[in-house]
Amino acid sequence: MKKIFSALFAAVLVLSFALITGCGKKYDATIIVYNWGGPYMSEGSNDTVDLNKLFEERYNVKVKYRTYDSNEAMYAKLKNGGANYDIIIPSDYMVARLIEEDLVEKLDFSNIPLFETNIMDSFKNPDYDPTNEYSVPYSWGTVGIIYNKTLVKDTVDSWSILWDKKYTDNVLMFNNSRDSFAVAQTLLGYSQNTTNKDEIKAAADKLSEQKPIVQGYYMDEIYDKMINGDAAIATYYAGDALVMMDENEDLAFAYPKEGTNRFADAFCIPKGSKNKKYAEMYINFMLEAENALANSEVTGYCTPNTAAFELLDDDVKNNKIMYPDDEYLKKCESYIHLPSDINTYVQELWINIKTED
Amino acid sequence: MKNRALAIPHIVWSAIFIVVPICFVLYFAFTNDEGAFTLEWVSQIAKYWSVFARSLKLAFYATVICLVIGYPMAYIISRCKWITQRTLVMLIMLPMWMNFLLRTYAWMTLLERNGIINNLLESLGLISEPLKMINTEGAVVIGMVYNFLPFMIIPLYNIMVKIDQSLIEAAQDLGCNMPRVFRRVLFPLSIPGIVNGITMVFVPAASTFVISQKLGGAKNMLIGDLIDTYFMGGEPNFHIGSMLSLVLMLIILICMAFMNTNQEEVML
Repeated sequence: MKKIFSALFAAVLVLSFALITGCGKKYDATIIVYNWGGPYMSEGSNDTVDLNKLFEERYNVKVKYRTYDSNEAMYAKLKNGGANYDIIIPSDYMVARLIEEDLVEKLDFSNIPLFETNIMDSFKNPDYDPTNEYSVPYSWGTVGIIYNKTLVKDTVDSWSILWDKKYTDNVLMFNNSRDSFAVAQTLLGYSQNTTNKDEIKAAADKLSEQKPIVQGYYMDEIYDKMINGDAAIATYYAGDALVMMDENEDLAFAYPKEGTNRFADAFCIPKGSKNKKYAEMYINFMLEAENALANSEVTGYCTPNTAAFELLDDDVKNNKIMYPDDEYLKKCESYIHLPSDINTYVQELWINIKTED
Repeated sequence: MKNRALAIPHIVWSAIFIVVPICFVLYFAFTNDEGAFTLEWVSQIAKYWSVFARSLKLAFYATVICLVIGYPMAYIISRCKWITQRTLVMLIMLPMWMNFLLRTYAWMTLLERNGIINNLLESLGLISEPLKMINTEGAVVIGMVYNFLPFMIIPLYNIMVKIDQSLIEAAQDLGCNMPRVFRRVLFPLSIPGIVNGITMVFVPAASTFVISQKLGGAKNMLIGDLIDTYFMGGEPNFHIGSMLSLVLMLIILICMAFMNTNQEEVML
């Protein structure tokens, strides 16, 4: 609902904006930015700064802003050659897939000088783009364990607590195969991107073993259920956990010692962009400290931008939930795109788990 | 017959949005990725028979409960004054003005461990431990009954309102007691409404996927969930999804055909 509303709102906004400013002005070029709906950028809605307008004024390049609501929807558009986008912001595994299928351009980093100075070292050469030739990180976050202190007396420091029979009927898990398998695989010491079928099968067995303990498999509903105390432990996103802990002070968040998933979204330039240089200038513009900070505030996710990070309030900056230390981040993995036969295998196993009695 | 022309919009609509999609389902169900004919998917879905069984079982429970609740209600409404009838029918329809998903979310709030029902019972001292309601098959059936009950009541009411009160009075004058009036007069005359109501409840209940995800905790997939996963999941397989849809359609068709033949027998 909210997404539809904001998409409509964005459409009205873009339309009226185009009507007001569209006529008369002569731009050097036009770039089309294709980003998550949401809003997922400081683009003028809800009294935020309109970065696109600032960019237009400074470089005399028109910015057309379009949105999508899933990586897969964006991918379909690119694959079918539906439109010529100049900027996209896919998630990690999708970046890997686009690189693999030769759908994104190599970036000319001489047009993006701020990448070198402003992007944190731990975000350079990520798993999904190991040589860091195709992408510039935009935002990131982590997954961990959120639990209710009144119901959980044990120390929470491992994924194994989600398998503890004491909490039968009190555990909530993610309702999608990739995230749930990642938990089991990390606990078993495997890579979240493993393509070894024995390891994947072992993770599936682990999840089967857990099923009698699980109260339910949910996604966004975990947010309300944990705040209302309807379950004791759940997997959830660190950024949201902070808001949840404000709402219900019995809640606490822990990072499992085995490591966890670190997700990221990154700027890319699709193949066929006619204004690659301007697109690179746009990426560079978004890396400026103030702009990256504004974006981070709108999205609510962490920023991989050192300069923006320095501008954050101290209580955010020093928050170990929002920004875990580098040592822990080294234990984290981000998803890469898996071969289709592995994805199919994982999905089959996931369905088996969810259909067996 | 010039009036036939008036049916054209509906025919065009049905052709585009019913016939064509069914053709797609048929095509995908019997072809592989290369577009060649195959029966591979029939054998692939055989292992999901327990999912079909669970879906049909829950849909059956929901339909029976809807009938038991809906039948007396429809009868009572049909015997009211005209203006009262309109009001009551509107009240039955009222929840349907709200989005289906919202209504299901509302049931989550009611059935949660710290939900409204458990809190109420606890504050009245009737229970000491919260009842386990959400994420059970019972919760799924409740969700189905709540969402689909109007589909049972409305067809029943539409039939019953046409039953002449004098028929019931005549039966009573001739010495029938109430159970007998029901068995010999009311029930036979209301059969078309019963068949309609059962169809309207059973079909959506057997294919639902939102209710089992929100109220059942997605722990035990129903056939709708399975189809959803094959079409919308991370690694879509339209062939298996289509075959599942086709088999579900066939099962429902067989159920309906069976019911319709029986209806004729009873009517005779």
